[in-house]
Amino acid sequence: MPHFERLYNFACWLTQDRQEAEDLVQETYAKALKGFSSFQPGTNFRAWIYKILRNAFLSSRTGLKATATVPLDLEGEEEAVPAVEETPESILLQRADGQLVQQALEELPVAYREILLLCEVEEMSYQEISAALAIPMGTVMSRLSRARKALRSGLQQQFAERMN
Amino acid sequence: MVCESWKAKLDTYLDGEVSEDEMRSFNVHVRTCPFCSVDALTRVQMKRAIQVAGKRYAPGAEFRKRIQQRIAAKPQRSFRLGWMLAAVAAAIIVVGTLTSAYLGTRSGKDQILSEIADLHVATLASSSPVDVISTDRHTVKPWFQGKIPFAFNLPELQNSGFTLLGGRMTYLDQTPGAHLIYDAGKHHLSVFIFQERSLPATLDKDPVSPKQLTFNIETWSQGGLRYFVIGDASTANIDRLAKLFKAAS
Repeated sequence: MPHFERLYNFACWLTQDRQEAEDLVQETYAKALKGFSSFQPGTNFRAWIYKILRNAFLSSRTGLKATATVPLDLEGEEEAVPAVEETPESILLQRADGQLVQQALEELPVAYREILLLCEVEEMSYQEISAALAIPMGTVMSRLSRARKALRSGLQQQFAERMN
Repeated sequence: MVCESWKAKLDTYLDGEVSEDEMRSFNVHVRTCPFCSVDALTRVQMKRAIQVAGKRYAPGAEFRKRIQQRIAAKPQRSFRLGWMLAAVAAAIIVVGTLTSAYLGTRSGKDQILSEIADLHVATLASSSPVDVISTDRHTVKPWFQGKIPFAFNLPELQNSGFTLLGGRMTYLDQTPGAHLIYDAGKHHLSVFIFQERSLPATLDKDPVSPKQLTFNIETWSQGGLRYFVIGDASTANIDRLAKLFKAAS
């Protein structure tokens, strides 16, 4: 099964629920098998199957709820990322354990979480991310930048809370 | 200013999404600029931290098995469909082959019977239909000796209503045989005898359809020889002469 573990991991991050993630992965493979004829040989299979999973998620109850509460397209919101005091990130990351980073990721809006995971965990190129998320390359770059800022901000807040 | 322009592209650079020329330029810059090198290091640490933290969930063995079964079920359907298609294709081939064989058989048989009819008509139309003219079977039969590669018996025709007019050599499908001509009232009947092995073994498959031939004809195999009785006489007379030959052989 191509990308099974990674798809499951990505589905868990999106849904935040293992049962829903299983349903999502199952639905993804069912749709991929059913619509395999729509896959164009020579194009990126990984981006194609992630796109199926993401579309399935967006049409699920959790996905609808996530996109209803948080706008998917955050590019227009200049103040989407709260301003935080600048602290040396290298020190922060050295002190922050994996759990803190996971928590910060969980708290990100879905649009930021998914693009960070595709870029850092799946190590997709911008072009692949563009295909998987069906957004222009420029949007990939700007959304990634905002997502990183949002994560740093979240980490700083969590670290500050832990210190208090 | 130089650092500011690099800073804006720092993530793109670390994601490996800049051109080779820019990558080389940045490599040179970051080695000489402590601010950019620290910034780059921090972002790399962040990338690694996300990478490690992001690989959080692993599917259970049971779920994996369930998905595998579901995926396997899909090809199975295709497999079954494939088998069904293969079976249909095979059936078409078999039916086609059988049909072709049947048609071939039919056409082969029809061809033989047509040739027999042609031989019969052509001979009767000839000014010299027989090469050996005799009503005596003991004269006609020896005439074939050395001319055809087999021997046969001629029936006794006394009080049968048939009269032997004579015989001639003939060929069917490049095979030599005996052609005997009998008189049955106002009708002339031909009896052809060939070696069975030299003819298609399908002549007994179907009863001869009188509608396909303007003559009545009966054929059978006996003692390794193939007999044909053909003429415009009634089927009863054809059958009677056939029985006389069967009895004699």
